[in-house]
Amino acid sequence: MSAPPLLSVEQVAVQIGGLVAIADLSFTVAEGEVVSLIGPNGAGKTTAFNVITGYMRPRDGRVRFRGQDLVGQAPERIAAAGLVRSFQRTSIFGRCTVFENARMALHLRGRTGLLGALLRLPAARREEARLQEEAWAMLDFVGLAARADTPAESLAYGEQRRLGIALAAAAAPQLLLLDEPAAGLNPSETAECMALIRRLRDRGTTILLVEHDMAMVMRISDRIVVLNQGRVIAAGPPAEIREDPDVIRAYLGGAPGWESAHAAA
Amino acid sequence: MSAVPGWCFVAAMAALPLVLPDLYLLSVLTSAGIFIIGAISLNLLLGYTGQLSLGHAAFFGLGAYASALASLGFDIGIGFGLRLTLPPQPVWIGFLAAIAVAGGFGWLLGRLAFRVRGAYFVIITICFAQVLRMVALNWVELTQGPMALIGLSPFSLWLPGQGVVELYAKNQTYWLVLGVAVLCFLVVRQIVHSRVGRALVALRENETLARSVGIRVTHYLVIATVVSAGIAGAAGSLFAHNVRIVDPDVFLFIYTVTMVIMVITGGKGTLWGPVVGGLIFGLLPDLLRGAAPPEAQWIAYGVAMILLVMFLPRGIVPAIAALMPARRPGRGATASPVSQEAP
Repeated sequence: MSAPPLLSVEQVAVQIGGLVAIADLSFTVAEGEVVSLIGPNGAGKTTAFNVITGYMRPRDGRVRFRGQDLVGQAPERIAAAGLVRSFQRTSIFGRCTVFENARMALHLRGRTGLLGALLRLPAARREEARLQEEAWAMLDFVGLAARADTPAESLAYGEQRRLGIALAAAAAPQLLLLDEPAAGLNPSETAECMALIRRLRDRGTTILLVEHDMAMVMRISDRIVVLNQGRVIAAGPPAEIREDPDVIRAYLGGAPGWESAHAAA
Repeated sequence: MSAVPGWCFVAAMAALPLVLPDLYLLSVLTSAGIFIIGAISLNLLLGYTGQLSLGHAAFFGLGAYASALASLGFDIGIGFGLRLTLPPQPVWIGFLAAIAVAGGFGWLLGRLAFRVRGAYFVIITICFAQVLRMVALNWVELTQGPMALIGLSPFSLWLPGQGVVELYAKNQTYWLVLGVAVLCFLVVRQIVHSRVGRALVALRENETLARSVGIRVTHYLVIATVVSAGIAGAAGSLFAHNVRIVDPDVFLFIYTVTMVIMVITGGKGTLWGPVVGGLIFGLLPDLLRGAAPPEAQWIAYGVAMILLVMFLPRGIVPAIAALMPARRPGRGATASPVSQEAP
C-alpha cells in the first residue's frame, strides 16, 4: 500500500457549451514525481489544468490535493494551498522589471498587510529584506539575475518562458503545473528548460507537465498519462507508453514528432 | 526615488507664506492643495489598480457632508417616531468622521462593484455619485438640500501652550492643507512600496497571472478603494471647512473630471504625477485669469490635453523620469526599489 497521492483527479468531466472537453478523467500524482499529461491537440490537457487550478469548474468529479477537495475554490486559494501553475501562452508582468516580477510572484511568501505596510513595522521590514533575498535567489536559480532590471517584455522569448516558470515556482509550491514550458523553444533552449525542470524536481517540487515535445516528455517523466478525446487511454512509465498500441494509434498521422522521439529515445 | 528632492519641495512650499505673503496666491494654493489630495487618492485606484472610478467626487462629497454635519450637529427623524440627534462636534472630529464615512462607503462600493471590473465598474461609480447627489438634494431635513449647509466653523487645532486655536488666517489653513497632503502622499507611498502595493500592480498588469500566484483579487481591490475613499473624504472635509459651505454640487461630475485630468496629465501610477498635474491644473486657471478669460483658457487646456495625450501618453512625470539616468537598487540592498513606478 503506497502513500496517498499528492494530487488525485477523480472522474472529472467538463463541458464547454455543448462540447464535451473532458469526458471522464482520473489520474494521480504522487509526491516527488514528474508526471506528464500528453495527447493530441484538443485532447483536453489545458482544460484539465484549468480545472485543477480553479480557472474552470468541472461538470462532475473531484480534484483532491493532499486530501482536500479543490473544486469550486478560487485560483488564489488553490495557489495558497501549494499548487501553482504556469501558462501556455507566455504570461508575465510585461511592463515591470524582471526583479519586480519575481517579487510579485513571491506574494504568498509574505504576510504584510495594510497596517504593516503603512507603519513599516520591524517585522514588515525584515520580511521585505527576506523577500528581496528570495527574489534574487529565484532569479539566480533560473539564470535571469543579470536581467533583473530589464522590463520583462523586452526579454528574449526563451527568457520570457523561463521567467514564466520562475514566477510559478517562486513561492515554492508543493505541486507545480507547467503548461507546455518548451513551446516555441529551439533545441538548446529546450535542453535548458528540461534542466530547469529537473532542478526543480531535485529541490523537492512535484511536477505535472503538459508538453508536446515528445523527446523531452520521454526523458523527463516518471510517469505519463495519455489523453485522447477527453479520456485517459493509457498511463504508465515512458517505456510502457512508447509500446502501447492505443497510444500509437491515437498519434499515428497526428503528430509527426512521435516517430522521431521514438527514434531519439 | 531619493526622498531628498521631495522633502526640499515640501520645505519650499512650507516656507512660501513667509517669503511671499500674498493672500490671493495662498488661497489659490490651498484649494489646489485640496484637489491634489483628491488626485492622490484617485491615483491609488486609477494608477495602481487600473480601475477608473468616475464617481470619485462621491467620496469627496461624502467627506464634505460628514464633516459639515458632524460639526454643525443635526436632529432628524429616522421613522417610527425615532429621532437621531448629534450635538455639534469639534472640527477635528468632523475630519475623522469624514475619513470614516467615506472609507466605509468605499468598502461597500468595493465589495459590490468589484464583482464587475473595467467599464462596468466605471458606470457603477458614476451612478453612485449621482445617487448621492440626489440624496443631498432631497433629504432636506438633514442636508438642507439646495439651500446648502452654511456657517461652517473653520478648522481648529490644539496647540501646546495655546489650547484650541481656530485657523482663520489664510496661511494657517494653507499649512494645514499642506500637512494633510504630505501625510496622504506618504500613506500612498508606503502602500505602493510594499507587498500590498505590488499585489495591486500585479492585478493591474495581469489579473490571471496575479491570481495564479495567490493574490486575492477582491481583497486587494477593496483595500485600495477604502484607502482611496478615506483620503478623498479627508480632502472633502478640508474643502468644506475651507469654503465654509457645502451644497449638493460637491457631487458634480466636474470635480471627478478635474481629479482625473490632474492624475492623467501628471502621470498615473507615479507618486508625483497627481502632485505635478494638480499644481498645473489647480494653479494655472486662477493665476492666468488676468491674462486670458477663463473661456479662452479652457479651450487652450483642451488643446493642451490632446497634445499631451498624443505626445506624452503616460503623463509628465514618467516622461521626465525617462530622461534621468536609471537608478538601480544594488544587489542585496534593502532599500525599496522604485520600479513599481513602471507605467
